[in-house]
Amino acid sequence: MLSVQNISKSFTIHHLKQTRTAIGGVSLHVDKGGFLGIVGKSGSGKSTILKSIYGTYKPDAGAIMYDSQEHGTVNILDISDYDLIRLRRTEIGYVSQFLKVMPRTTSLELVTQSLLEMGEPQEIALDKAKDALRHYDIPESLWNNYPNTFSGGEKLRLNIARATVKAPRLLLLDEPTASLDYDSKLKVREAISKLKANGTTLIGIFHDLDFMEGLCDHVYDMNEKAQQVI
Amino acid sequence: MSTHDNIALSVRGAGKFYGDRCNYCRNENNPLNNNICPYCRTVFAVDDVSFDLYKGEILGIVGESGSGKSTLMKMLYFDQERSAGEYYITGYAEGVPNVFTLSSQHRREIQNEILGMVYQNPVYGLKMDFSSMSNIAEKLIAAGSRNVGEMTAAGDHFLDKVNIPLDRKFEPPENFSGGMQQRVQIAKALSNYPPILLLDEVTTGLDVSVQADVLELIKEIQRELGISMIVVSHDLAIIRMLCDRTMVMLNGSVAEAGITDQILEDPKHHYTQQLVYSIL
Repeated sequence: MLSVQNISKSFTIHHLKQTRTAIGGVSLHVDKGGFLGIVGKSGSGKSTILKSIYGTYKPDAGAIMYDSQEHGTVNILDISDYDLIRLRRTEIGYVSQFLKVMPRTTSLELVTQSLLEMGEPQEIALDKAKDALRHYDIPESLWNNYPNTFSGGEKLRLNIARATVKAPRLLLLDEPTASLDYDSKLKVREAISKLKANGTTLIGIFHDLDFMEGLCDHVYDMNEKAQQVI
Repeated sequence: MSTHDNIALSVRGAGKFYGDRCNYCRNENNPLNNNICPYCRTVFAVDDVSFDLYKGEILGIVGESGSGKSTLMKMLYFDQERSAGEYYITGYAEGVPNVFTLSSQHRREIQNEILGMVYQNPVYGLKMDFSSMSNIAEKLIAAGSRNVGEMTAAGDHFLDKVNIPLDRKFEPPENFSGGMQQRVQIAKALSNYPPILLLDEVTTGLDVSVQADVLELIKEIQRELGISMIVVSHDLAIIRMLCDRTMVMLNGSVAEAGITDQILEDPKHHYTQQLVYSIL
């Protein structure tokens, strides 16, 4: 499904005349329907890997081969902006640690919009969005409320709802359980387990990978730069 | 895959020069002093800009004052003559002719039927002493409409959409606040359903709550009407919210272009870095 081949990424900050290498020689792969966890210390480059797969960062070297539904196997680093935007709308989801939204967009609108972007008709999008909000226990009283007023856990669940409602083929999760209480973590775990059961391929960064025990089938250790079967 | 089918407009090598140019600056390889020729003092306000706008997308253009953003927008709307380059609009004559070189009559046709323009200063886009409704009717008449009933219906529809109270529709924009004027200008630009909308710093000078209104409106019309848009702004937060792709301009040229989160999270050009790292 996805094969990351020997990518490296450094950042040059012209103003400070500095170049920092974030990752070097990272290779990993995940099969269709698999769940790969990435572990490592802060600053070891975990997020850099996810952002490279999502196309936010352009690695300096290497290749990221993705088996897309629409175009067959493509190298994420080579495809046009247009195709990458399309892949993000229809196939590849990304859950960041923070929720960034348009001001004064309600949570229901937010989730509905991501379906409309995919081309779902308005009514179906609205129904699906409501189901997703229900599924992630966002109380109905919050549906017509602005996400900026939500608690951290609610924001995160909303963020996951927004990404998963599209049923992406590949979902990238950047520490989806950080800063959550135990109950909320359980909900995220349950959500991931359902996605996995539905055939979504997942790559996630987790501080507490133990929590994903039984779900995660491979782990990539930043320290050893190696992938192992759990 | 990206093909001709999904492109709304293409610009190739667009340039706008103020001055006669000399043998030195006619040679593209000779360095300029920023965007000014060190010998003949010709100013290259826009220099060799090329890009595509996809159908239904919002393309952001950022850059400091004087980087050529507005000049480029004015060239696209034919407010200014181009000095060089090609410009193709898929919705006009199958995208075959270089519309920069068309007669003024044909350009007006494009202005009236294909393009909508919203200026930073509503004074340029509106007749301030005509009623808001007449302003919209003016645009519709230019686009070929002759039916008063239809025009008033369109006026009501769009003024309502931009939240102008309909009991004030016969008031001239000069009676309105800056935010309301801007919204009337957007209503006017939209009234003939142009497939391409150009927005030049439309939220500059508005307070944040009105800004949010205008942004919501832009996003909504893009979603509902599938209009392709070019949004010029120096506010990166607005670009982040609105735009799929972003182009960074410096001294009349494109410094960097890409998907918006690439530009904002992994800026490569020193100028883009300076912009991005200056966000509060």
